[in-house]
Amino acid sequence: MEPLDGNAIGGPLIDVFGAEMTGVIGTCGYCGDTGPVAELVVYRQAPGTVARCRACGNIVMVFVKVRGTTCVDLMGMASLGQPGAA
Amino acid sequence: MAGTALRGRLTWQVATVAALTRETASVCTIGLEPPDWAGHRAGQHLDVRLTAEDGYRAERSYSIASAPGERLAITVERLDDGEVSPYLTEDLQVGDELELRGPIGGYFVWEPGDDSPLTLLAGGSGVVPLRSILRYRLSTGSAVPARLLYSARTLPDVIYHDELGQHHDGVQVSYTLTRSQPPGWTGHTGRINADLLADVAWPAAASPVAYVCGPTSFVETAAAALVGLGYPPERVKTERFGATGGP
Amino acid sequence: MSHISRGFRGRRRVPDAEAGRLPPGQYLTEGFPVLSAGPTPHTPLANWTFSITRGGATKGSWSWPEFQALPAENVTVDIHCVTRWSKFDTGWRGVSVDALLDRVEPDGRYVMAFCDGGYTTNLPLDDITGGKAWVAFDYDGQALAPEHGGPARLLVPHLYFWKSAKWVRGLDLRDTDQPGFWETYGYHMYGDPWREQRYAGD
Repeated sequence: MEPLDGNAIGGPLIDVFGAEMTGVIGTCGYCGDTGPVAELVVYRQAPGTVARCRACGNIVMVFVKVRGTTCVDLMGMASLGQPGAA
Repeated sequence: MAGTALRGRLTWQVATVAALTRETASVCTIGLEPPDWAGHRAGQHLDVRLTAEDGYRAERSYSIASAPGERLAITVERLDDGEVSPYLTEDLQVGDELELRGPIGGYFVWEPGDDSPLTLLAGGSGVVPLRSILRYRLSTGSAVPARLLYSARTLPDVIYHDELGQHHDGVQVSYTLTRSQPPGWTGHTGRINADLLADVAWPAAASPVAYVCGPTSFVETAAAALVGLGYPPERVKTERFGATGGP
Repeated sequence: MSHISRGFRGRRRVPDAEAGRLPPGQYLTEGFPVLSAGPTPHTPLANWTFSITRGGATKGSWSWPEFQALPAENVTVDIHCVTRWSKFDTGWRGVSVDALLDRVEPDGRYVMAFCDGGYTTNLPLDDITGGKAWVAFDYDGQALAPEHGGPARLLVPHLYFWKSAKWVRGLDLRDTDQPGFWETYGYHMYGDPWREQRYAGD
């Protein structure tokens, strides 16, 4: 199953943040790599959607749709820039 | 009454299918009329949601094929083992309704204000958002020079072939056919690689910006090759499609 | 009233006489979807081991040849994924977890299954003993493919299939029930498809 990239989570990101986020710069909490959310490695075919750092492979975002509400865990991100300020 | 709540452009809405255009044996462009569309940027996508009578749902993303200002359209490739694409490319009829939301995406977008020469690399149905970019470039009268390299299995698999053949205004289109070529073929053959890109893509010295779209393996190879040719990584925008044919 | 897409059925077949076999909210599928949270691991069999651990100590460990020498059985079971697809009569071959635990005198009431790639999932010991679970290495008469969890995965068919951990490398015995990977992100600690325990709080 080939992974996708952060473009594929544009919709869920809007669900959670209410704003377009694929161009936002994130910093990996494991290795410090920075880059746009669009360049994360994304696995969508799972009980949830997992986004991994392209540089080190660690998980930086996890989306789970719990009873219709999209929840996101961003603990793997050290920081995430301002929406729209790509 | 249900349905009159204020709708933003990011909520689900039910669009009417206005037109169906068969592009190739397995690819169809769907013209859509959503009730509340706020417009889009070239390169963005939308999400489509299908609901069966028993409530079963499937959701997919498709790149927008139309340029900003044109009637909204998506281009869908039928996947043999697909669940949604066979319905969209074979069962859908003009007058049907399609639930969608969008536009989505702010990274893989192009605006005419950017003067950078464009290197556009398309793998299969990855040509769809690049076609939106080229149409927008044309409709805004942009003079930005563009080079499209489109990788497809065979010539009949090329989407928008006639339309792409009409670009003479600073757009160079070249093809590489990976599986078979027609007799007398003078274009490129084989999968995209660094040598082909060295020939076809803008040289790094021209300060180009690249948009690379297609299956993940295509994008990885093409993007890495551009970086190897000197493109700064931040000047290589990528969008990977999965088995769904969409982002 | 929610929008219905005219004529859309999806990749499913609706069971007729077998409707009672389908847990609530599930749909029957003919395929075998590949669901993954990360890249497919490819551990060479020469490096593969399955271990039972407890408090940092290894109580039992089998190499691939040792594991293959254990008594194995063929089982045919229905499986139910929390993403709503179910598949009837899937055929597996594997070593019963009972056969593994019998050799190590297990203590503790829970296990955490651990896997290549870092995936984990928690289960009560009661739910993987008494003929309810296997470490499966064949599917449908052939070696389990890597994308489906090969060389070996846990098979616990009475719970949602995220508990049937792919690329399983062992079980860690514990006194308390702690959340594994998906449980940490909001999925149910137990996961009974017949009570539709998909998410924490269900």
